[in-house]
Amino acid sequence: MYPGTFDYHRPQTLKEAVELLESSRGNARILAGGMSLIPMLKSRIVSIPALVDIGKIDELKKVETGKDHLIIGSMVTDHDIEESRTVGEMFPLITEVSRWIGDPQVRNRGTMGGSLCHADPSGDWGACFLALRGKALVTGPKGTRKIDSDSFFSGPFSTSMNESEILTGIEFNQIDGMNGHAYEKIERKAGDFATVGVAVQISIDEKGKCTYAGIGLTSVSSSPIRAAEAEKEILGKPVTMKSIESSARIASEHCDPSDDPLRGSAEFKRYLVGICTKRALIRAVKEAGGVI
Amino acid sequence: MSIENKTIRISLNVNGKHVEENVEPRLLLTHFLRENLSLTGTHIGCDTSNCGACTVLLDGKSVKSCTMFAVQADGSSIVTVEGMESDGKMSRIQEAFREKHGLQCGFCTPGMIMEAAFLLKEKPNPSEDEIRWGISGNLCRCTGYSNIVASVKYASQTLRGDSE
Ligand SMILES: Cc1cc2nc3c(=O)[nH]c(=O)nc-3n(C[C@H](O)[C@H](O)[C@H](O)COP(=O)(O)OP(=O)(O)OC[C@H]3O[C@@H](n4cnc5c(N)ncnc54)[C@H](O)[C@@H]3O)c2cc1C
Ligand code: FES
Ligand code: FES
Repeated sequence: MYPGTFDYHRPQTLKEAVELLESSRGNARILAGGMSLIPMLKSRIVSIPALVDIGKIDELKKVETGKDHLIIGSMVTDHDIEESRTVGEMFPLITEVSRWIGDPQVRNRGTMGGSLCHADPSGDWGACFLALRGKALVTGPKGTRKIDSDSFFSGPFSTSMNESEILTGIEFNQIDGMNGHAYEKIERKAGDFATVGVAVQISIDEKGKCTYAGIGLTSVSSSPIRAAEAEKEILGKPVTMKSIESSARIASEHCDPSDDPLRGSAEFKRYLVGICTKRALIRAVKEAGGVI
Repeated sequence: MSIENKTIRISLNVNGKHVEENVEPRLLLTHFLRENLSLTGTHIGCDTSNCGACTVLLDGKSVKSCTMFAVQADGSSIVTVEGMESDGKMSRIQEAFREKHGLQCGFCTPGMIMEAAFLLKEKPNPSEDEIRWGISGNLCRCTGYSNIVASVKYASQTLRGDSE
C-alpha cells in the first residue's frame, strides 16, 4: 500500500522544525516513530501535504534527570525507555508500561511523545502520564510552555497543543513517601491495544496513610482519563481492603466505555476496570510497604 | 533539508554495501529493499504493521520495514535476511531453524530470523517466555510456534558456544 504523496522535511534542530510547522500554516505534521502515522497514511485514513521528520533531532532523544524530576525526550523510543536504568529507578511504573506497548518492533520505533500526541483513546502511555501527573513540555513559535496531564487530552485523537507546537519532552516529578505502582492491562492477544488498562501510582507515609494516589484508565473513554473520584476514596487515610474495593467500584462506575465488536461490550469493560483497579491497587500498596 | 514532492537522495548501508539512490519520500523501506535493491528475502505479509514478515535490522534494532519510509533510513545501516549468511555459510540462527524445523512454508521465516537476531543480541540466554514475548510481533500461520521457539533456543546455545 502506498500513501499519497507528501513533501518531506528533515530538520536538524528544534528551532528549524518549529519554523517549518509555522510556515506550513497547518499543512504539515510531525513524523516521529511513525508507528501510528504511517499506518494511517498507508491506508489513506489521513492525507497530509507535508511531513516534518524529527527523527534526526538529537536534542529530543535524551533522558534527563534533575534533583526531583525526570524528563523523557519526545523522541526517546519505547525500547530505550524500557531499557533505561534511570527511568526504572525513578519511575518503575513507566518501565512496566513500556513493556506492554505493541511488540518489540513497534517499541524500537514508537515513542512516548508520539503516543501522547496521537491521543489514541486506547494508548497505554496516556494512563501512565495521568497516574503520574506528568507534564507535557511544548515548544512553539511563541516559546515554550508546560501542559498538565489533566488538561492535555481534549478528546479522541486530539490534545490541547496547537498545530505549530512540538512536544519536546515529558516531565515527571518525584513523589514523596514510600511508593508503589502497577499497570494492569487486559489484551485480546499479545501486542494488542488494551481492552482495558489501569495505571496506578500510590505513596504512603510511615503510618500507612495514603499521601498520593494516581489512577489512570485507558480504553474506557473518549481519551485516557484520570479516575479522580476513585483516587479520593483512598487518599488521606490508611489504605484498607475495604477502601481499595470501593475505589475500584467507583473507577468502574465513573468511566465511560463503549461497545466494540473486537474487544467486548461496555458492560464487560466496566467490569474489567473494577477488577484491574483492585489488582493494581493491591499490588501498589504492597510494594509501598502497606499492610492490607 | 527540505524536498518538495520530488525525489530525494538517500545513502545508506545495506548488508555491508554502500547504497545511494533517489527515492520518493513516500517509498516504503520494504519496497526500496525489494524493488530498488532486488532483496526479495524481506517479505510483505500483511502490509498493515501486524505480521513482522518484513522485519529487518536498522542500526541493530528490529523494525517493520513496511512501517517506515526509505528516507527515514537515510544514513543508517540495514541488515536483511540476505545479510545473515557469510561466504555461502548460514548463520547460527539460520542453521538452528533448519536443525529444529523452525519453518514449514517459510513465509514468516526471514522476519523471524531477523527478530531472533535482535532478541539474541539483547538477551543472549533467553528463557522460553522471553523468546515467546520477543517474537510476539511476528506471526506464523504454519508451525504453531513451538519449533520456532526451539530454534531460537538452540541458536542461543550455539551462539553462546561460539563466544566461549
Ligand atoms: C502493531 C502496532 C501495535 C501497537 N500497539 C500499541 C499498544 O499496545 N499500546 C499503545 O499504546 N500503542 C500501540 N501502538 C501505537 C504505538 O504506541 C505508536 O508508536 C504511538 O502511538 C505513536 O508514536 P510514534 O512515535 O510512532 O508517533 P507517530 O506515528 O510518528 O506520530 C503520531 C502522531 O503524533 C504526532 N506527533 C508525534 N510526535 C510529536 C511531537 N513530538 N510533537 C507534536 N506532535 C507529534 C504526529 O504528527 C502524529 O499525528 C501500536 C502500533 C502498532 C503499529
Ligand atoms: S508486512 Fe510489515 S508487518 Fe506485516
Ligand atoms: S512457516 Fe509458514 S508462516 Fe511461518
